[in-house]
Amino acid sequence: MRELITLRVNGERYEVAVLPHRTLLEVLREDLGLTGTKHGCELGECGACTVLLDGVPVLSCLTLPLEVQDCEITTIEGLEEQGRLHPLQETFAELGAAQCGYCTPGMLLSAVALLRQNPHPTREEIKQALSGNLCRCTGYTKIYEAIEAAAERLSVAHQGERRPDAALQP
Amino acid sequence: MLRLPPFRYLAPRTLGEATRLLAEEGPQAMPVAGGTDLLPNMKRRQFTPAVLIGLRHLRELKGISGSPEMGMRIGAGETLTSISNHPLICAHYPALALAAAAVSTPQLRNAGTIGGNILLDTRCNYYNQTEFWRHSIGYCMKRDGSICLVAPGSPRCWAISSADTAPVLVALQARVRLVSVRGEREIPIQELFYDDGMRPYTREADEILQEIWLPPALGWRSTYLKLRRRGSFDFPILGVAVALRREPDGRIGDARIALGAVASHPVEAEEAMARLRGQQPTPALLQEVATLAAKRARPLDNADLTITYRKQLTPVYVRRALDLLLEAEQGSGAE
Amino acid sequence: MDEWRRLQPRKAGPYKVVGKPLPKVDAYSTVTGRAIYADDIMLPRMLYGGLLRSPHPHARIISINTRKARELPGVLAVITGEDLPRKYGILPSSQDETALAVDKVRYVGDPVAAVAATDPDTLEQALRLIEVEYEVLPVLMGIEEALAHPDIKIHEETRNGNIHKAVSYEFGDIEAGFAAADYVREDWFYYEGNNHVPIEAHACLARWEPDPHDPIGGKLTLWSSTQTPHYVHREVSKVLGIPPSHLRVIAPHVGGGFGGKSDPFSHEICACELARRTGRPVKITCTREEVFLIHRGRHPVKMWIKTGVKRDGTITAMHFRSFLDGGAYGSYGVATTYYTGALQPVTYALPAYKFEGMRVFTNKPPCGPKRGHGTPQPRFAVEVHLDKIAADLGIDPIELRKRNLVRPYSRTINGLRITSCALEECLDQVVARSGWREFHAARLAREAEAVRQSSPVRHGMGLALSTYICGAGKPIYWNDMPHSAVQIRLDRGGGVTVYCGATDIGQGSTSVLAYIVAEELGVEPERIHLETADTTLTPVDLGSYSSRVTFMAGNAAIQAARRLKELLHSVAAERLRLPPDRLESGDGFIYCVDDPQVALSFEQAVQLAEARYGALVAAGSYAPPEDIHGDFKGAGVGPSPAYSYSACVALVGVDIETGEVKVEKLWLAHDVGQAINPLLVAGQVEGSAYMGYGEALMEQQIFRKGRHKIPSILDYKIPTTLDTPEIETILVGQPDDEGPFGGKEAGQGPLLPVIPAIANAVYNAVGIRIDEVPITPDKVLRALKAAHSEPGERPLPPPRVTPIVLNELWPARLIRWSPEHLEQRPDPTNGHHQHPRQGESAPHGAASTSSQLPQKGGTA
Repeated sequence: MRELITLRVNGERYEVAVLPHRTLLEVLREDLGLTGTKHGCELGECGACTVLLDGVPVLSCLTLPLEVQDCEITTIEGLEEQGRLHPLQETFAELGAAQCGYCTPGMLLSAVALLRQNPHPTREEIKQALSGNLCRCTGYTKIYEAIEAAAERLSVAHQGERRPDAALQP
Repeated sequence: MLRLPPFRYLAPRTLGEATRLLAEEGPQAMPVAGGTDLLPNMKRRQFTPAVLIGLRHLRELKGISGSPEMGMRIGAGETLTSISNHPLICAHYPALALAAAAVSTPQLRNAGTIGGNILLDTRCNYYNQTEFWRHSIGYCMKRDGSICLVAPGSPRCWAISSADTAPVLVALQARVRLVSVRGEREIPIQELFYDDGMRPYTREADEILQEIWLPPALGWRSTYLKLRRRGSFDFPILGVAVALRREPDGRIGDARIALGAVASHPVEAEEAMARLRGQQPTPALLQEVATLAAKRARPLDNADLTITYRKQLTPVYVRRALDLLLEAEQGSGAE
Repeated sequence: MDEWRRLQPRKAGPYKVVGKPLPKVDAYSTVTGRAIYADDIMLPRMLYGGLLRSPHPHARIISINTRKARELPGVLAVITGEDLPRKYGILPSSQDETALAVDKVRYVGDPVAAVAATDPDTLEQALRLIEVEYEVLPVLMGIEEALAHPDIKIHEETRNGNIHKAVSYEFGDIEAGFAAADYVREDWFYYEGNNHVPIEAHACLARWEPDPHDPIGGKLTLWSSTQTPHYVHREVSKVLGIPPSHLRVIAPHVGGGFGGKSDPFSHEICACELARRTGRPVKITCTREEVFLIHRGRHPVKMWIKTGVKRDGTITAMHFRSFLDGGAYGSYGVATTYYTGALQPVTYALPAYKFEGMRVFTNKPPCGPKRGHGTPQPRFAVEVHLDKIAADLGIDPIELRKRNLVRPYSRTINGLRITSCALEECLDQVVARSGWREFHAARLAREAEAVRQSSPVRHGMGLALSTYICGAGKPIYWNDMPHSAVQIRLDRGGGVTVYCGATDIGQGSTSVLAYIVAEELGVEPERIHLETADTTLTPVDLGSYSSRVTFMAGNAAIQAARRLKELLHSVAAERLRLPPDRLESGDGFIYCVDDPQVALSFEQAVQLAEARYGALVAAGSYAPPEDIHGDFKGAGVGPSPAYSYSACVALVGVDIETGEVKVEKLWLAHDVGQAINPLLVAGQVEGSAYMGYGEALMEQQIFRKGRHKIPSILDYKIPTTLDTPEIETILVGQPDDEGPFGGKEAGQGPLLPVIPAIANAVYNAVGIRIDEVPITPDKVLRALKAAHSEPGERPLPPPRVTPIVLNELWPARLIRWSPEHLEQRPDPTNGHHQHPRQGESAPHGAASTSSQLPQKGGTA
């Protein structure tokens, strides 16, 4: 029996009738068309399906939509603001942090949560924060570099708050 | 894509309502908190409850309060992340913070709760497999089968207690409170466990683990070491929790050593603990204690790496945990 | 000679695009979640498909009853083996698979039936309702078992027990080689197999569009996460009996492959058939467990190696035997078998070499190609074996290797043509950058310090070298057509559309096409629109395997772009009143090299050319030169238009109490020729180092009681951020004469030296040898305990590779061959150029280069 629920995803409200046993991953991808959230194992063993619940990274493959109606859900589609990429998206693209790109959405969401909490993470703190996201292509190095570069850009942008556009230029 | 089996979902608003629903729905119902253990197990059809009762929003299961002087209360619904980040827990019950931080991955710790970790289903690599795999091999007694595939001649199930926080809470002498429509009980955490892979907990099907009580911590030091292959994701293939208190003259006043992932329940190394009490720690004594503690480890071939290896590493990890605590003490002076 | 086979000379630098660290062309679609992967595609009325797989490793099918499943509401089709009986397989010589089992199942996971249903829950229920009765057969789970029981046949067609393929070659005079040796050593090694573990599980979606006027009945489209749409096209067409003209295979974004998406798969064929039967789109998405079961991963290989050396370390002869555990089906296995032997002489100059290889069938998921295809196993064996020889002789392992390095522009004893080769530079670079000499000089002091601090960790450094192909010299099925083709269309608005069958699996092949075309046409890469990996829209590229795409599609792209540029320059020359040879293209202009102010915009030139010539479309093609290999049967595996070279130093810390090995850093030097994009090359090197590290220490596809023991990515260990070592990438080398802009491969080669470098480092740290990959802590601890037992202790014996004893002769006819065979042939180049450089003498056959080579140096 489907239940009518309301989800708040990337600032938008979705009313959707779901079967209780559908995971948030399935509902995002199959009901809401938000296919940017990927799946690699569906058992909580890879991190590809990471989304943010009220800013906190969790696995959508192990989340029941019925339980998160009171949360703000952020997926990869929600990182752009008014058509402008998040600095992490820019640096991931520019510095080769995405190869096949399949782990990238989950990786980016973990990184967004990290920089919100810790704007200047050390390499070790980055490794800890990403330790739930497996990547099979990059060897992680370029991902660390991209996060460090984004942290730098965000801090420059923060200092020159009046001119964020100019400050965000590479 | 691996998917969940169908179930009804109920969302009680109070603990009282939750226990009532659990009683009404009977054994076909299961409570779910973080879901990080139950949902994968359901996807593999290790559990197929008809009803899930969500504990996520129950305020009675939330909160970390108290002090190291008086002891602390931890709501069973607190996430592992909130425990590993809690300043008082980090400072005074470091073993618990370490164990909580050692569970799986950041994402799982953000969702997974301490209650869920304590009540983690026992694990076995003949059991934590998909329905297809278990069907292929013919099922084991823990679910749908009649024999133990690890030890086919054995009358019991040898699935392993794999919760990182469980041996720590045993070493810290924590107590837990369980509530049901029949009432509530508070028991030393050791009494929550059975040495039985099939039914590893004394929790009744209608009971909900509400909270954990930690005794006062003054004078105690504690640590947790975890053996696993990778820096994250992996369950322990050995967990060593040690808590100890020293006398002003340097002798060991009291010591608690508990081992995880070596049996179907967290194991206390009583003989080793007794050998330590009242003694001045010397390298020879610590080695002896480590060897004694390791006698309690009886791994079987149902987890990562070999039995011999996991057995051989037990004294190494016990001694390293003791060394860590005693060196730290020397470093910072007696408290 | 076919006109398309002529390579173009290299464009003169400096380059505007090539060599720059640009973002990948799809970078923004991947970082925003816009990139569409196979499972992201949803079509109206789409059905969910799935496969019922065998629960038995080896069994005869007595009966299949699908009635209950078919009668379940919501089930639209159920098919079994008799519905798709035609055999297929990636290699024409190994047509041993059926989409669904016919009569017999050969491993746990062998597909038996397929279902299409309206929703996932009904699908699961239907699969449970299919009743299959099996007669269980005896099971063979390893090489030795399969050899010991020729009576239990996994495939009826094999002539000799369960031996799928056996080969035997002798190059040069092996007996004379060993007779000339001062020292001979033999070793056994074992390399456990492993899986690719792409983060994206295989998925596909098939759509049937009926047309009653068409005798075939309609057309079929398949979107699939495949590395080889062209081969999938061939095999699906064959099994379904649909002409290739009526089938379209598209690879959308692919979430990693590493070789695991290179075979035509049962789920692809079944999705197509279910779509045809139901008239509705059918999607099949594999679970992670299914990825481990369909496998096609690294073969477990047991190896025996015997090498003769002079006192100074010069190799006089090598004899190498490999035994491959192929699993239940052929897959690429014949090629894999050859690859375990083919490249040994491409790293070290072997004056005499004997290779014997065999692949056996077992009741396990079929093995196939994984990054490095058949060469990481022998690389591990050879590099560790040479380290042992160096230790035996008391020679520095670097010196020993230096004495034997293969030379640039030479011909190997097995007839392979070597062109550019910066192997020695790779070696020198990693030695210098890692501080190798200082590290080894400080050994005693470091150990004393560890003891003083009572640290259980001992450090060690190890080294290894390797070689890899830049594309297989021969296609998988015999033909004379191009291996890769590129078509470019110029739009009168100045747009450039590049069409190529090349399949981007994350390595950046689509981006490489854009950079190359942009460089040639003198436009910015952002202007270029790319259509790739679509068997209807794009000309054939054979696929993303054997590290072939940059080299082959790149050269085809250059040719296509040159043809258009010629047209543009001809009209521009006329308009600017200049001779065409004074024109160059760059920055969106065609300009005079003597006065760049005299210029025409790219758009203007396109419009003039379109007015003159009509629609502006050109194609380019590439196939490797013919004369790059010997002329014996089996010489088709190993040749490549060029080889990449790599060297690795590993720094490890070994905990002597726990056996745990921590790789602290890897230095990896790679000869990529000219990096088309150094950012992407470094990404390939780092990814290879990571994967090699995982294979060296933790990854293993292992079985118990006939079942995959750990078919999940929790239990099958792949390295996390907290495990992966620091990686320092060093790109070396000079542009290759035949590579596009001088580029060579980077996707696979850098993996190869990592595994033996780590193994050698463990030995350097604690003095024990683990001749079996992966080097897990239990093996290390066992070896340490055996080596350092106290009197009275009775430790377990150290881990040791059990030799395979053959009771009969090697089951393949010996083929003897020497490079003199080539030299006796007339030189087809007719006095074309020769390649030995800088006073180096040309060993065997170096002079016989083919007519397809560019003029030496080109215009560079």
